[in-house]
Amino acid sequence: MTATETQSSRASTGVNLKVLGPILALVVLVVVGAALNGNFLSAANITNVLSRSAFIGIIAVGMTFVITAGGLDLSVGSMAAFIAGLMILVMNAMLPAMGPGWPLVFVGMLTAMVAGTLAGFVNGFLITTMRIEAFIVTLGTMGIYRSLVTWLADGGTLSLDFGMRSVIRPIYFDGILGISWPIIVFALVAIIGELVMRRAAFGRHAAAVGSNDQVARYSSVNVNRVRMLTYVFLGILVGVATIMYVPRLGSASPSTGVLWELEAIAAVIIGGTMLKGGFGRVWGTVIGVLILSLIDNILNLTDGVSPYLNGAIQGVIIILAVILQRDKKAES
Amino acid sequence: MKFAKITAAALAATLAMPVLAQETKVIGVSIPAATHGWAGGMNFHAQQAVDRLEKVYPELDFVLATASDPAKQVNDIEDMLATRNISALVVLPFESEPLTSPVKAVADSGAWVTVVDRGLAIPGIEDLYVAGDNPGFGKVSGEYMASAMPDGGDIVVFRGIPTTIDNERVEGFQSAIDGSGINILAMEHGNWNRDDSFTVMQDFLSKYDKIDAVWASDDDMAIGVLAAIEQSGRDDIKFVLGGAGMKEMVAKVRDGDPMIPADVTYPPSMIATAIEMTAVGMTSTAPVSGTFTIGSVLITQENAADFYYEDSPF
Repeated sequence: MTATETQSSRASTGVNLKVLGPILALVVLVVVGAALNGNFLSAANITNVLSRSAFIGIIAVGMTFVITAGGLDLSVGSMAAFIAGLMILVMNAMLPAMGPGWPLVFVGMLTAMVAGTLAGFVNGFLITTMRIEAFIVTLGTMGIYRSLVTWLADGGTLSLDFGMRSVIRPIYFDGILGISWPIIVFALVAIIGELVMRRAAFGRHAAAVGSNDQVARYSSVNVNRVRMLTYVFLGILVGVATIMYVPRLGSASPSTGVLWELEAIAAVIIGGTMLKGGFGRVWGTVIGVLILSLIDNILNLTDGVSPYLNGAIQGVIIILAVILQRDKKAES
Repeated sequence: MKFAKITAAALAATLAMPVLAQETKVIGVSIPAATHGWAGGMNFHAQQAVDRLEKVYPELDFVLATASDPAKQVNDIEDMLATRNISALVVLPFESEPLTSPVKAVADSGAWVTVVDRGLAIPGIEDLYVAGDNPGFGKVSGEYMASAMPDGGDIVVFRGIPTTIDNERVEGFQSAIDGSGINILAMEHGNWNRDDSFTVMQDFLSKYDKIDAVWASDDDMAIGVLAAIEQSGRDDIKFVLGGAGMKEMVAKVRDGDPMIPADVTYPPSMIATAIEMTAVGMTSTAPVSGTFTIGSVLITQENAADFYYEDSPF
């Protein structure tokens, strides 16, 4: 194939595919799912899939900004487990004084938000001010949070007091107009994220920093501040995701949130954000998250594929989705 | 002054030395870290056994090491052999293959070796093997299912992390329900994890309009299954059978929860059995070598109180 041919084929199909790739993959999955099982499009199933996507989804929106600004965060899964454990411990500790009720739920929420903000700040501080590689810092904090939650739980499981569990349960299972809270919160986070990425100065600055931090610095962008804020926002969103997570089973254990970081990063990349930074797409991330949860759902709804191969099928689809949207920049 | 101190110390050492050299034996205990509920319970029981036995046998010293992966466990065992001069090793191998040659090195050094739960890849290395009964765990579970559903019915099965342990349990279960009229609609891996099992159960509920019962095969998985059933509001599922003997689930059995009528043990306290038997072997002439299989027992409302450990994290 000559250079001109490559160029023209890119111009006619490549550009479209880059934008449409994730959407096409999602549509194909929905069609396959509907064909394989009659209950796939039922309201209950759709609600289940969307609600369970919300944890990874909310985190992945924050991860989109971190990756766009040229960073990475491997600690989010452990961080979520640690924050969930902390939230449960604080609520259990305050229960005798406050009694089960919404004020105590708000204390729990506040705990999660404060812990998330601090955790994000620690990552950001070590990466920007201490100038340590993001991969190393977050690999370190990943181990720290995972150990902390194992220690807090004494190796077992931290369980929310039973009376409190029925109070907090509606946060995951109820909603308005039949749409559950996790779905609503995920949608709001995604919409705000998309607006910030497209319309706000912060989104442009994040892309500029991720594309070339020297140039961004000369253009009077406060590079450290932008990087720091992406980690703090991600920490806050991990806190929000945890607030959605704890009401589901009312427990946190050392196996909570294992591999969430990789799922979030995979969703961001499937959605068209560049792993090396400089370009981010929040709506793409949302589609990436949905693709990942739909694969799981469809595999559970069908027989015929050995469950041992679930991971392989997910892997193939992740790679295919990325090939579909590959552009010249990525190839060169 | 200094001279006097040193002399005193030397004198004390000389007097104490023969006694120490003859009497004190070090028992190394190497187990996986508390990364899930069952392992957490096992760590608890190991610590309790060590604390108790150090008081009972002043001539025994214990070294307890927990490892988060097989490589770390190999390092732990090598350190025990090199620096603590252990007379016996109690090991619950993280994985059979990688731990086989390091444990063999301990046995070759002349130390006593007790292997717990997961066996080694080569038979005959260990002096004592203490284990739960995985096929028996499946069998007891299957027999309970068959007795609880005399007219048969449709069930879904949750499997653990894909391992030989899981395979043995499922095979035991399948042969026990053979011919009982119980039909397994589907089997899926819940990976001994609450979150995964919650998700899988939601999908099973979408897929099947009628499920009579669930063999969750593990208490962590049973908790996720129960949450999904509760959310769906369905009343066709009559009961869920977990396993392992988590204290919250034992409490449900004891209190007569209709959804959790029974449980099947796979006690994490088997590590304590192994440590105790090793200590007996080190301090007495009672023979303890061989294989000690701890049977899986059916917990029902009648005997649940005997299996409830208030202080254990599991």
